[in-house]
Amino acid sequence: MIYLELFITFFKIGLFTIGGGYAMIPLIQQEVVAHGWLTLLELTDFIAVAESTPGPFAVNIATFVGMEMGGLLGALVTTMAVVLPSFIIILFIAKAFTNFQQNKWVQGTLYGMRPVVIGLIAAAVFLLMSSGFISKGVGIYSVDDFFAALKYQEIIIFLIGCFVYFRFKLHPIKLILVSAGLGMLFFGVLPMFY
Amino acid sequence: MKEKNSYREKLLTVFITFFKIGLFTFGGGYAMIPLIEYETVERHHWIESKDILDIFAIAEATPGVIAVNTATFVGYKVAGFWGSLLATLGVVIPSFTIISIIALFFQEFQSLEWVGYAFKGVRAGVIVLILGAVVKMGKKGEYTPLTALILILAFGLASFTDINVIYLLLGGAVTGLVYQVWLNRKQADEKNDAVKK
Repeated sequence: MIYLELFITFFKIGLFTIGGGYAMIPLIQQEVVAHGWLTLLELTDFIAVAESTPGPFAVNIATFVGMEMGGLLGALVTTMAVVLPSFIIILFIAKAFTNFQQNKWVQGTLYGMRPVVIGLIAAAVFLLMSSGFISKGVGIYSVDDFFAALKYQEIIIFLIGCFVYFRFKLHPIKLILVSAGLGMLFFGVLPMFY
Repeated sequence: MKEKNSYREKLLTVFITFFKIGLFTFGGGYAMIPLIEYETVERHHWIESKDILDIFAIAEATPGVIAVNTATFVGYKVAGFWGSLLATLGVVIPSFTIISIIALFFQEFQSLEWVGYAFKGVRAGVIVLILGAVVKMGKKGEYTPLTALILILAFGLASFTDINVIYLLLGGAVTGLVYQVWLNRKQADEKNDAVKK
């Protein structure tokens, strides 16, 4: 029964991946490849596609594998399965949190966790910048190498984005649309002229 | 009757808001944080700005996808069980629909050149958004030498090692608890001293 197998696998992925994002990839890879649902190469291809589609990666891959293996019903099963564990857990926590939020031990715990969250998001910016602005696989041995490895188009888009976002308080969705337009301009239109 | 209507309206707003969040966040995970913050705190005032960081902390420290967890949590706070269900559905449906379609045309999608260009731009734009979220939330944080140290450590370890973020969150939680124990002791000692005098 493929649907049951899909459900159990993605329920497990939803239950055991803490921290979200790309922390989930190793477990997903293990499960999906071991079942023979995707080859490693297909998975790598899909990660690239998932980066250019909206939504959380774990949900995307769940839908994709479900669709490939069991059509629309398969996709429904996997997507529900991956979301269900956290849905139940968070529901309980949200209920309890309203009662215990002011508890000094809860406050103490959160006192230590809040700066971690800020640090993690700052680290995400740092990691996205280093992978987004510097070419991979290029040896950097000198200052010249460094400048040669910089992805200037991405950096320019980032700087324009910073300017319009912080200066004009653009809505986040509008910024996404603007940067999509800039991407087409810098990678599609401008290369036609030089 | 009127109350019932306003509850329905609230549910609808919750659904639409999270649908939008699900539709416009590319790159997953942290990319959703700025949009969630903007929509729930600044636009709809569902969550107080001092609470949003706590919700992100809980969403990260529990299993599952952070964006979905946050949606479930915020939905519950705004409109109870149905709120959490609609928020979760809202955040998942856009990607569900799009991926289902892509799965049918996977080969073709990969070769859409201009889509690729647009997303190269979006990836740079997302960094701007997350940077904005760091700045915004960083400003609201309460800083003591201890929290500043935790922040720097978390940043350094997450940037330069492969450590799972759950350990960082656990470390922060334990530090916070120990600090609370110490505060309690200190208060008790002070009380004792006062009684002695």
